[in-house]
Amino acid sequence: MAAPIGNVVIPGDTFSLLQLQPNDEHKKILLGPGLKEEEAEIKVLRPGILRFRKPGVYWVDCHHKRYIPAKGDSVIGIVNQKVGDIFRVDIGSSEQASLSYLSFEGSTKRNRPDVKVGDIVYAKLLVANKDMEPEIVCIDGYGRSNGMGVIRNGGFLFHTSLNLARKLLNPECTLLKSLGNRFQFEISVGVNGRVWIKAANDVQTIALVNSVIASEYKDNDQIKEMCKRISKAVSRMEVD
Amino acid sequence: MASFTVVKTEDLAAEQGKGPACVLRGQTSDLGCLTRQDGSVSLSQGDTTSIAVVYGPAEVRINKEQIDQATVEVVYRPKVGLPRPEHRKQERVIRNTFEAAIAASLHPRSAISIIIQETEDMGSNFSCCINSSCLALLDAAVSMNFMVAAVTVALKECGEMVLDPTKRDETEAKSVLSYVFDSVNLQVLTVVSCGKFSRAEYRNGLVLAREAAKSVFQFYRESMSKKLLMSQ
Repeated sequence: MAAPIGNVVIPGDTFSLLQLQPNDEHKKILLGPGLKEEEAEIKVLRPGILRFRKPGVYWVDCHHKRYIPAKGDSVIGIVNQKVGDIFRVDIGSSEQASLSYLSFEGSTKRNRPDVKVGDIVYAKLLVANKDMEPEIVCIDGYGRSNGMGVIRNGGFLFHTSLNLARKLLNPECTLLKSLGNRFQFEISVGVNGRVWIKAANDVQTIALVNSVIASEYKDNDQIKEMCKRISKAVSRMEVD
Repeated sequence: MASFTVVKTEDLAAEQGKGPACVLRGQTSDLGCLTRQDGSVSLSQGDTTSIAVVYGPAEVRINKEQIDQATVEVVYRPKVGLPRPEHRKQERVIRNTFEAAIAASLHPRSAISIIIQETEDMGSNFSCCINSSCLALLDAAVSMNFMVAAVTVALKECGEMVLDPTKRDETEAKSVLSYVFDSVNLQVLTVVSCGKFSRAEYRNGLVLAREAAKSVFQFYRESMSKKLLMSQ
């Protein structure tokens, strides 16, 4: 029996290497989230859909609401506390992440960044280890902000499931394409399920937020239809 | 004023002694019935219903923090009144069961909390609590080594066995046994018993319950497949 790629797997399911690769048992494979190797067998830990990518990457695509930090993820966090040289930032994981004041573009010991408690930051995870506190930074390897940093000037932050956030981040995302045809807005999406949206006015912002939340269980045709209806409704409201 | 009682077909069948004793009552689940929680489910087994929600891996209280594994917490809320010692005991049993099932070492220094709200107890309440908690954990996609399923068996005075007993069967029975199985080898994880029974009766109940547990696992798989394929 071949491995059930694209099918639903649930915890306790096991399959052998031979099942994954009937032709070449000895080829190296990489196990992603939700899978574990145990006594020459591969065990499923989380319920989800088994996925495969060439050359040999396997993972379980599951429906999460809780974020578990992973290195290199771009996330949106809320600054909760200032402790000495670091900020404590809530990124939705089991522990608050730390953000040094030196990890902003152009900041030095003397020139501190302007970050207050309650600010929203778009940052990247530098350290993500189950045994350590996650650490985030707002600069890339060259010391450039690269779009990261404090998000200012209004807008609206809301929380979605991690699946929806990943869907929005897909370059082929139908929702953002069809919304982009009708509205002018800024959006930033963190893989921790937080989404920040800012449009020309509050009415549009609310409409966009609702359409993003409503799109979770819709297919592409339904999404296009919904965007059409929303833009009609919003333009009517703005005339009044 | 005229009054009438609603008689469920399954109760009627049980009363008339025609009902097959080796079949579980119908199960229905509503995954993600609450929105703010990481995982939630409303599960009914026959007329017995409970809502279970899961938060996790979430922040843990300092005094409960374990540096090598996640802390599993279970809170049981009865339908009326405050939790009593019997409910505390039930919490403890459920917690011990799920500590074995959850892969806690993957999320050290965090808490996985399970909250169970009893909504209707019409017999086999313990099994319903275990099964709804397991579904809620699956809904939250918490890492687990295996799933668990509980099945209750009631032993009547006459020696007859009733699978998944109703409230009336439970009160009339001389003993009630609840077995919890894992999904990999179908081995017993937990047994909660009440009343007198012989060794042979225990074994017969175990065989009956194990057979029924398979259908519970099948139900889990179907519920999860429906949910996951819908959001694709």
